[in-house]
Amino acid sequence: MDLTRRSRPIEAAIQGSLFLAGMISILTTIGIVVVLGREALLFFQTKEVTLGEFFSSTTWEPQILEFGIWPLVRSTLMVSLIAILVAVPLGLAAAIYLSEYASDRARGLLKPVLEVLAGIPTVVYGYFALTFVTPILRSLLGVSLVEIFNVASAGIVVGILIIPLVSSMSEDALHAVPLSLREAAHGLGATKLEVSLRVVLPAALSGITAAVVVSVSRAIGETMVVAIAAGAAPRNWNLGKDGLFSTVLNPFISGETMTGHIVRISGGDLSYNSIDYNSVFAIGLMLFLMTLSLNMLSRRFVARFREVYE
Amino acid sequence: MSAGGFPEGVQLDGQISRRRRRGAYLRLSFLASLIVAVFALLTLLYHIVNSAFGLVALESEVAPAALVESLGLDSTSSALVDLSKDDLVTVLRTNINNNVGRSLERDQRFYDDRLVFETQAKWDELCARAVDRPAGCSSGARERDNVYALIVEQIVQPRVQETWLLFDSIFHRAEIEERAAALYPSADLIFRSWLSVDFVTSPQSPQAEIAGVRTAILGSLWIVGVTILFSFPVGVGAAVYLEEYARDTRLNRLVQTNINNLAGVPSIIYGMLGLAIFVRVLQAFTSGAAFGGVDGVTANGRTVVSAGLTLGLLILPIIIINAQEAIRAVPQSLRSAGMALGASQWQTIRAHVLPNAIPGILTGAILAVARALGETAPLVVVGASTFITADPTGPFSKFTALPIQIFQWTSRPQDEFRNIAAAAIIVLLVLLLLLNATAIVLRNRYARRV
Repeated sequence: MDLTRRSRPIEAAIQGSLFLAGMISILTTIGIVVVLGREALLFFQTKEVTLGEFFSSTTWEPQILEFGIWPLVRSTLMVSLIAILVAVPLGLAAAIYLSEYASDRARGLLKPVLEVLAGIPTVVYGYFALTFVTPILRSLLGVSLVEIFNVASAGIVVGILIIPLVSSMSEDALHAVPLSLREAAHGLGATKLEVSLRVVLPAALSGITAAVVVSVSRAIGETMVVAIAAGAAPRNWNLGKDGLFSTVLNPFISGETMTGHIVRISGGDLSYNSIDYNSVFAIGLMLFLMTLSLNMLSRRFVARFREVYE
Repeated sequence: MSAGGFPEGVQLDGQISRRRRRGAYLRLSFLASLIVAVFALLTLLYHIVNSAFGLVALESEVAPAALVESLGLDSTSSALVDLSKDDLVTVLRTNINNNVGRSLERDQRFYDDRLVFETQAKWDELCARAVDRPAGCSSGARERDNVYALIVEQIVQPRVQETWLLFDSIFHRAEIEERAAALYPSADLIFRSWLSVDFVTSPQSPQAEIAGVRTAILGSLWIVGVTILFSFPVGVGAAVYLEEYARDTRLNRLVQTNINNLAGVPSIIYGMLGLAIFVRVLQAFTSGAAFGGVDGVTANGRTVVSAGLTLGLLILPIIIINAQEAIRAVPQSLRSAGMALGASQWQTIRAHVLPNAIPGILTGAILAVARALGETAPLVVVGASTFITADPTGPFSKFTALPIQIFQWTSRPQDEFRNIAAAAIIVLLVLLLLLNATAIVLRNRYARRV
């Protein structure tokens, strides 16, 4: 009987096509980099705008060919900061409760709620921000202080939106801490709280950091909530002494974020190869680089706690 | 006795109870954080239901009952909605001006065999023209429902003067009635469910009172259909390759890292990729021009195919990662048994690995599709049409989608658009709920088998 390896052309063809399917993801990444890079390059090659102006100017007014990224970055960062201030304490506390305290029954009841929260489309959160949170802010703080479109309301709702992300990633990290550490601490007479906060939490710190970093990335890339609730005009910086607090650092005034700007500009009928079209891709490239580096940083942290405990 | 500073006796007891108390407080605050999350979800749902139903002050140009009576019928026994097509056409003919009627007829005829507003001679002349030939010459006759919609739009013209939320409508009804009577004396105050059968089955309209989401639902289904056709085979294929064939080479590790990174790219970036690649570069294919049979007006790349492929790329990493997990969960012994019996690697995969992994793969894929169904930003960037009333007819149609519709209505300043946005949100959430329920059923079935 001949037992040498037979060539199987059909099998090879199948394996080849499966390999191609795997390669589509590589092509996608290359596509993103090439597309964003190419259009951004075209943008910076025009004589109206320079790289220096893009990163230093605090005015974004395409009509007068002023392209400074800071007005957009200001709103993006402010939304992310507010979102993190909402999501990290709540998400982390929820994770500690679920991982350290909750009975199986409580966990079975509460976890699905977080999953539902994570499954609701972001456009629905946008609706919620504009028609519910904003009116509440306005009635609490006064209509003269809080504009109809404002960064604070968008930030709070983005925060709610990323609570599930923070809590599920943090819970994974807390869960990975070995039982023996907890038992040792209990054996030394620590209370449950002391075990949770002084032993488990520090041990899971790199995983929790990963959760926070990924949430920042998610908040920066979040689009629909800010497109609906944060306002549709970039807010140029006024760096005067009063201006700093009344415009740049004021969360209750409107301000368009990077993602919000991309949606508004490309949602209209814009002509290809115009400076507007290219500028959107330059913003997109920046957004891509920001989120990608944050995600990679987060993966580093995750790898670290996996290495220690698994 | 305690020189080293260890507390004892009363001091120790006091410290312990203090530590315990602090523990109890913080435990409560951890629980409270979770409750806040639950509360946020409940508030969100409450707010949406609150906005989708409620009282409205409705003022009509012409009362529907008057139109029924003008036909000589009894308005108490037969409503305008229930009239036959012939009666509706009669109502239309007697109530609108002839020029408007003629232009309606030129858009689309009322009957295949006779004309209502136009004379036969003029119609033949119009249709014989080489240029500017009316669309009505070649298309079929209007449906009954279409005629009814025209009557509402052209004659009845209901106008919402003010709307109230469900909560207020129930608990502050008297105040609302007082206010409506004072401000809009000729308006009817009616309780309106913005979510209704009509809402789901009517096409988009610039008037909130008669607008519906049929176009948007069909658009969403078409897009998601394309998405599934593309991303399911490719995603499962990639997962099979990575789990079953790929050796630990540099390239394969790169593919894996790359997939993980792609899962974290903001959705709007995919929209820009779709705009540049599918809409612009591949315009000849995504507009359908390469396959012929598309008129010049719609032949740009902003079509269902472009949208579906864009969302397909977006959910591809999610499908691959989930499918990989499902495949990894298939016991190694099954593969070994297959191989030992002389099956080739592909035969083992096809006959043993995939059938065992398929419930897990499907569950993951359904959740990914749910994600695609709710995505808005990439579709806006790829170029969802801001206003279309025609149902999508194929992969090369212009498109709108349910989330796009919600976005546009939310962005309108008038209250009644907020109401229909809420109703559309309920439709979207119900669709998502159905998808998730399917996934849960599959998961349970799978859990029982293994």
